Amino acid sequence: MPRCWTALLVAGAVLLGAPVHAQEPAAHSGLGRPPTDAELHDVLVGPDGEDLPPGSGTVADGERIFAARGCANCHGPTGEEGPSIPLVGGDVTTRSNYWPIQHWPFAPSIWDYIRRVMPYDRPGILTVDETYALTAYLLHRNGIIGEEDVMTADTLPQVRMPRRDDYLIPETWTPATRRGFEILPER
Amino acid sequence: MSGKQTSRRGFLKSGGAVAGLVAAPPALGLGGAAAAAQGPEVFDNNDLESVLYGRRSRFVTTTREVEGRSHYQTPRVRPNPQRPSARTPLADLVGTITPTPLHFTTQHYYGIPDINPAEHSLMIEGLVDRPLVFTLDELRRFPFVSRAYFLECIGNRPNPRATTVTGTHGRMGCSEWTGVPLSVLLDEVGVQAGASWIIAEGADGGRHTKSVPLAKALDDVLVAYGQNGEPVRPDHGFPLRLVVPGFEGIYNVKWLKRIKLVDKPYLSFQEHSRFLTPDPKTQRDSYDFGPNSVITRPSGEQQLQTSGMHVISGLAWSGGGRVSRVEVSTDGGATYREAELAGPVLPKAHTRFFLPWRWDGGEAVLQSRCLDERGQLQPTEAEYARYWNLTRGQLYGTIQSQLGYCNWIQPWKVAADGKVTNGLEPTDVVVDVHA
Repeated sequence: MPRCWTALLVAGAVLLGAPVHAQEPAAHSGLGRPPTDAELHDVLVGPDGEDLPPGSGTVADGERIFAARGCANCHGPTGEEGPSIPLVGGDVTTRSNYWPIQHWPFAPSIWDYIRRVMPYDRPGILTVDETYALTAYLLHRNGIIGEEDVMTADTLPQVRMPRRDDYLIPETWTPATRRGFEILPER
Repeated sequence: MSGKQTSRRGFLKSGGAVAGLVAAPPALGLGGAAAAAQGPEVFDNNDLESVLYGRRSRFVTTTREVEGRSHYQTPRVRPNPQRPSARTPLADLVGTITPTPLHFTTQHYYGIPDINPAEHSLMIEGLVDRPLVFTLDELRRFPFVSRAYFLECIGNRPNPRATTVTGTHGRMGCSEWTGVPLSVLLDEVGVQAGASWIIAEGADGGRHTKSVPLAKALDDVLVAYGQNGEPVRPDHGFPLRLVVPGFEGIYNVKWLKRIKLVDKPYLSFQEHSRFLTPDPKTQRDSYDFGPNSVITRPSGEQQLQTSGMHVISGLAWSGGGRVSRVEVSTDGGATYREAELAGPVLPKAHTRFFLPWRWDGGEAVLQSRCLDERGQLQPTEAEYARYWNLTRGQLYGTIQSQLGYCNWIQPWKVAADGKVTNGLEPTDVVVDVHA
């Protein structure tokens, strides 16, 4: 829009008594609506677990829910028999399982994944507490937490994953960032 | 390195013999007449279906190649049929745009969702002044751009020793994407100080999430609803996908439903699994692709019928911007000549190159290399292995997504009988295509 047009519109708005935001020359479109509570409750949880909702779950609860909610149908009665990927143990070097829980760098990510993606055929049916319980059960089965440990929004982020140091947090990127290697042409 | 020795005009004057062009195996080529035998007896090019949506000639039968295991010794990762992934039939294509039905697609075990666009929306939340949810209709009311960008899986080079170019490089394609620059939408919601990454989430069964640096998001990332003039197809993310030009395929989140502004990368499930990087050297390799090129014609399993005039043609690309120069060797890399760039040379898009070549009927090793506008040159296999400090066995035995981008030069060997095979030396290593 030509600058003079904008000036005319602003002048008109002022004359009509409309609010004018001098700091925002690029007016917003007015498109879009605020999210609903339901949409905001469907949280995406990061590595520090900052957005974990209040709730709790025990290892014993998790063992029961694992059977009751159908997890065992795919992962086996104790989570390691399959037919789908084993949730206990696993060795990336044998390639029998690329996704061993022991290799996940952050415990809250396990909660996040279960909550959003599982069960495979009916994602979204698990409650917040059930998700804490399943996370506790899997962490315990992998020898990462004790049998009596209770997982909550406070305790889960404190769980130190055993392979955490295998991962580097990516540095940021700029348009000048080059691909790692550099082989310059012969001159 | 010699200068340009040929030109399109020179080629035309020299009168290339049509009869000597490379012929693909039956049922694979653009004009393979033998394919007709497999088509219907009667074929009406005037029927309603042809009129309504168009149809290619019955003599053209090229299809995508369904993904499978590359080696019988590789164990199946999980007994899950929900993986309709497929490779682009590169040897049969011309130009730079990959026809949408032939464009590669990689799925991560959750299948392709069936999304009603009227019920789909995009939420932008997190460290923003005004979290907002946009319908598809609203997104199409914003200014938009159309740009050609290649899309490639970090696991491209599924099997470097594969017999065809689809087997070696089929996990890539190039489309014209139409959509709203993400920077426009981020301006709408108002990015707060402290935000440094975005997390993009898809609506697929796996709710794929990927962390993208905010600097990239503001640079050239698109929220795309169009692919090659049509709505993005279901296997490419209908009705909405992220396009992150030049970056690894996994960044280009399909079925996009949410963008969250945050202050750190999430390293979520699909980011860390199979992408273990204990070596800091790999860290910067997880963003954009380096310079790459491959000859698609003549390529593996094709057959040169007669000696004489041919044209060596292929694709070059780089996540670092435009292709500056492509060089072609017919002697296995001893000498190179500069190839002609046939079409538009666009940043982060496939660029078609060719070099007229008079085949003397003897053995030849054809290969190409790409120099991009950052001044980065495509490495040989030996240079690549040296950089990573790997033996050849390790190079071929490491899961590619953990290794980084496998962009070493691809040689094709032409035998005296005209048969074209993969020119890389054999290896006993079991090649694992992962997922």
